[in-house]
Amino acid sequence: MTDDGERGTPGKGLVQGLAVTLKTMTKRSTTRQYPDVEPELPPRSRGVIALLEENCTVCMLCARECPDWCIYIDSHKEEVVVPGAARARQRNVLDRFDIDFSLCMYCGICIEVCPFDALHWTPEFEYAETDVLDLLHDKNRLGEWMRTVPPPPAHDVLGEPSKEEATAARKAAGPGAATAAKTNVRRASPTTAERPNRAAQAQPEPPEQPQ
Amino acid sequence: MPLWLDLTIRVVAVVVGFLTLPLIVGQAEHKVMAHMQGRLGPMYAGGYHGWAQLVADGVKFVQKEDIAPRDADRRVFRLAPLVALFPYLLVLLAIPLGPDLVAQPLDVGLFFVLAVLGVGVLAVLMSAWASANKYSLLGGLRGAAQLLGYELPLVLAAASVAMAAGTLSLPGIVEAWKPWWLLWQAPAAIIFFIAGLAEIRRPPFDMPIADSELVFGYMTEYTGLRFAFFLLAEYVGIIVIAALTTVLFLGGWHGPLSDQLGWLWTLLKIFALSFVIIWLRVTYPRLREDQLQRLCWLVLVPLALAQLVLTAAVKIAT
Ligand code: SF4
Ligand code: SF4
Repeated sequence: MTDDGERGTPGKGLVQGLAVTLKTMTKRSTTRQYPDVEPELPPRSRGVIALLEENCTVCMLCARECPDWCIYIDSHKEEVVVPGAARARQRNVLDRFDIDFSLCMYCGICIEVCPFDALHWTPEFEYAETDVLDLLHDKNRLGEWMRTVPPPPAHDVLGEPSKEEATAARKAAGPGAATAAKTNVRRASPTTAERPNRAAQAQPEPPEQPQ
Repeated sequence: MPLWLDLTIRVVAVVVGFLTLPLIVGQAEHKVMAHMQGRLGPMYAGGYHGWAQLVADGVKFVQKEDIAPRDADRRVFRLAPLVALFPYLLVLLAIPLGPDLVAQPLDVGLFFVLAVLGVGVLAVLMSAWASANKYSLLGGLRGAAQLLGYELPLVLAAASVAMAAGTLSLPGIVEAWKPWWLLWQAPAAIIFFIAGLAEIRRPPFDMPIADSELVFGYMTEYTGLRFAFFLLAEYVGIIVIAALTTVLFLGGWHGPLSDQLGWLWTLLKIFALSFVIIWLRVTYPRLREDQLQRLCWLVLVPLALAQLVLTAAVKIAT
């Protein structure tokens, strides 16, 4: 008001302030009415981690890479007698797979590192508990989250076809038809690519992950 | 109609207005402020867009324990909220809604209103001193300085319009009002409105309350119903200042169809001004104590005096 002489017309700032508040009043407010209205989460939101138990080979990579050491895995070995095979095979059986979500920092390293696609992000986030101990999800609870895992993003139309697709197409086309196979795949992919490309670019498709 | 019945109806009408208008303004403030800040405001109480929020608040206040600090001057401490509230009730008695719609027509209405409004400073000092709390005391002293200071431009601006109308009666002033007064008395109207804002200690003139530095100023120690009285006084204050500005400067019930709908015009103008008061609160930051006093003594008082001279000159010339 009486402070500085740098401003132009006196009172201009006052009027501008009034205009700002009035304009804001006529706009829609940004409040999310969360418990009443479900939030619209972006695809691939990191809510909770789901475990596909059948895929897990107990390689322990996730537990070792987890920066918080909050994945607990116990297992035992089992003999599987395969009829016709020379000797019985050994197989790892998962006894315990717990993730402590009171420690997890949702970095996603365990999911990235899993070579067998046993861990997945799901956008579910409403699993708050009144007791912190209840945040330890065992393998059944982690398995239940699998239902909420969104389908993987479609393959990037402009990207190279995945190795598996390419080989399959080459086999189907017969010997010496590698270029034809590539165009085949190109033509086929838009029908499968109904999801927005944005999601596809944000995260590479699982089959492309380095093994 | 027997006298007592007449009297009862008038008093009951004023009390009802006294209780409902501030609630409407308070709810409007909740909502307007929220939307101006990109929020929604209360949404749950009462179901539809939180219309019953203030009722719920009232119920909450009633349930709270009534605490007086150990060192407080109990009698004064307990009396202060009533002293804050009561003058506004008396002022509402004298404010005309329509040509004959006034609870108590007074020949010296303006004088009465300004005198009673001046009692507000007493409540501030009483609550501040009796609380035995340094924040309260600081807030109270700031409040006293502010209220005494702004009383002057308030009275001078009101005097200008009284001089123009040649009467001190509030209905008389509205009767004498002409549309071109909007221009002639514009400085007085603005001064009156600003000084009125300072009188009811609304932001940006809430230095005595200043919750970021003084906890809650002179209301720091109050809880429950007594605190609610102070809050109610603030909202009745909005109504009173808006109503006085309407009656003195905006022509009260004048407007199209004023014969039948005069009271509606008055109410409409009151609510429009209340909206402006809320709007100002949302927009401007609090004035510092020195800025506040400078605005009063170096801007408003000289302007009000100049307006008085102008009014007198025009009055003599015509
Ligand atoms: S998201 Fe990160 S912190 Fe959480 S379990 Fe996986 S690796 Fe550990
Ligand atoms: S990295 Fe994957 S496969 Fe290995 S233990 Fe973890 S979840 Fe199982």
